[in-house]
Amino acid sequence: MTAALTGTVLPASTAAGPPAAGPQDAGSTRQVVLASVSSDAHTWNLIFMQLLLEETGYQVTNLGACTPDDLVVGECLRRPGAVLVLSTVNGHGYTDGARLIARVRREPSLRDMPAVIGGKLGIDGTAVESRIRTLIDAGFDAVFPETAPLPPFVDWMRALARPPAALVAP
Amino acid sequence: MTVTTVLPEAGRKGSVLPEAGKNSIRLPGGSFAAYVARARSQGALVVQPRMGFCDPAQMRRGLLATRGAGPTVAGTITLDSYTRVGDYASAGQALNRGVPLNGYPLINHGPAVTRRLLAGLRDSGFPVQIRHGSADPHDIVGSLIDAGLDATEGGPVSYCLPYSRLPLRDAVRCWARSCELFAGAGGTGAQPHMESFGGCMLGQLCPPSLLIAITVLEAMFFRQHGLRSVSLSFAQQTHPDQDAEALRALRILAAELLAGLDWHVVVYTYMGVYPASREGALRLLGDSAALAVRGGAERLIVKTPAEAFRIPAIEENVESLQYAAAAATAAAAAGPAPPPADTGVLAEARALIGATLELSPDVGTALLAAFRRGYLDVPYCLHPDNAGAARSRIDASGRLAWAAAGAMPIAPPPGGPGRHRFTSFELLAALSHVRNSYDAGHRPGPIGALPAAGPGGLPTYTDGDDG
Repeated sequence: MTAALTGTVLPASTAAGPPAAGPQDAGSTRQVVLASVSSDAHTWNLIFMQLLLEETGYQVTNLGACTPDDLVVGECLRRPGAVLVLSTVNGHGYTDGARLIARVRREPSLRDMPAVIGGKLGIDGTAVESRIRTLIDAGFDAVFPETAPLPPFVDWMRALARPPAALVAP
Repeated sequence: MTVTTVLPEAGRKGSVLPEAGKNSIRLPGGSFAAYVARARSQGALVVQPRMGFCDPAQMRRGLLATRGAGPTVAGTITLDSYTRVGDYASAGQALNRGVPLNGYPLINHGPAVTRRLLAGLRDSGFPVQIRHGSADPHDIVGSLIDAGLDATEGGPVSYCLPYSRLPLRDAVRCWARSCELFAGAGGTGAQPHMESFGGCMLGQLCPPSLLIAITVLEAMFFRQHGLRSVSLSFAQQTHPDQDAEALRALRILAAELLAGLDWHVVVYTYMGVYPASREGALRLLGDSAALAVRGGAERLIVKTPAEAFRIPAIEENVESLQYAAAAATAAAAAGPAPPPADTGVLAEARALIGATLELSPDVGTALLAAFRRGYLDVPYCLHPDNAGAARSRIDASGRLAWAAAGAMPIAPPPGGPGRHRFTSFELLAALSHVRNSYDAGHRPGPIGALPAAGPGGLPTYTDGDDG
């Protein structure tokens, strides 16, 4: 079940090819906008993710707890080429995440921004696959539910962090 | 899930109001403070869950089950995350669409629904506390007063820095007026009781001296804004002797600084990354009950084995309450534990409180100045009004220690000023220290799940506010 989920869900981007690297100078450190959702007050997940992403080669802007949608969108607009990483554990991720990514995708310049969400996304473990599909349909490139192992996420982020030339679709 | 207005009635089939145990404490009005005081006089530990459900009928079932869980229990209504941040529109939308919330939406349901939920249930033998996690609890306090309730919790620091984006200055202002509103309800015959959540900052990895300082300072803030009955919190950390030393220090400082108030101490079962094995989870719960007894605490907020994975079911809460109560009874029967060694927790806490109170006769102003100067500095707290220079670690003995003290008036850690910086792996190891030591030798997973990973990343926990 777990493997199937990660395998199928992990990339929306498997269907679409690897995510585009975005307008960023080769050699510069790629940025991550790290956030939660508006109702989620947890921060240890964000502290951990910041360290992990920095070790993976990113420069991280950690927006902290209870990030309002407008703040996340604003920070993404200010950082062309950044990757959006949402980590949430309060069980409102399916609802808040779908609303937030729809808001992000309404910005023309953020339509292709790589965006991923993960964590404890619902208050129970039911309907996981259909809810993940909803998040993908709403605009995320990948979804990592709490049962997903960490390495595929790190691989996914590492692939994005490579110099853009290696990633640009032919 | 739809919100039903059909509440189970006491005495009806399938929802029989359990009789509280034969030794139960019965007092008029369901006063939270009076209930805890009576339990203390009988030498009994009050156990309490952190339960919160969206649907009033389910919330009532949960409270009924809690009430029946033992002779000395308090009930909890934990609010949902939207209500915490004042987003009543999103809570309302979720209710309309049948999307389950992670707690009880007090404002959206309103006092009439809450009163019906509590009818025949909250009484002299069963007090109920509202738990919320809000940096601006004015609406919540108003609604709980209107619903006839008399107990809630939080604090200007403890519900701002870890959980909110509100500037600390605004949280202090909001909490001052909310405390005054709550204290005003005392005129109607109720005894408003406010618990400080300050002994639980960030749930884990905060050394005890700072937890003690913040909860005592918040209790002084409550007193300044009119409240006369308070509780001080302390969350079980990484080492039983250090925790016992901390509870002793907390009681000494409370006795010195809270003269004239009705006060008690509430211990929280470990709030960090929880053991994944059933055996480990129960042993940690039992140890927290023993700690509460050893440290002379009056109340214990429990966790359940399921909490490492999801919001626990009603029955799981009941099981934890009963397990904790039995562990407390066993600890009391075993007789007094040897007094903990003094490793300096009391002196550190006293220094932190003293340095803060010197900054202003107004406790709120003093707290703001102390955080601005870094005299109080919560490790790993991301809030912009926290200095962010302090770092903690787990030392070789398993105790929490400072890796960097920043500008706090405490001795710098041995080995020079801390330049220690966790890697993600080291942070995860520290966050998982308790889980790993309690899980050793046991199979993970009361429900067969594995710890969380992915961007949600690390094994999750539900903190005291529930979320």
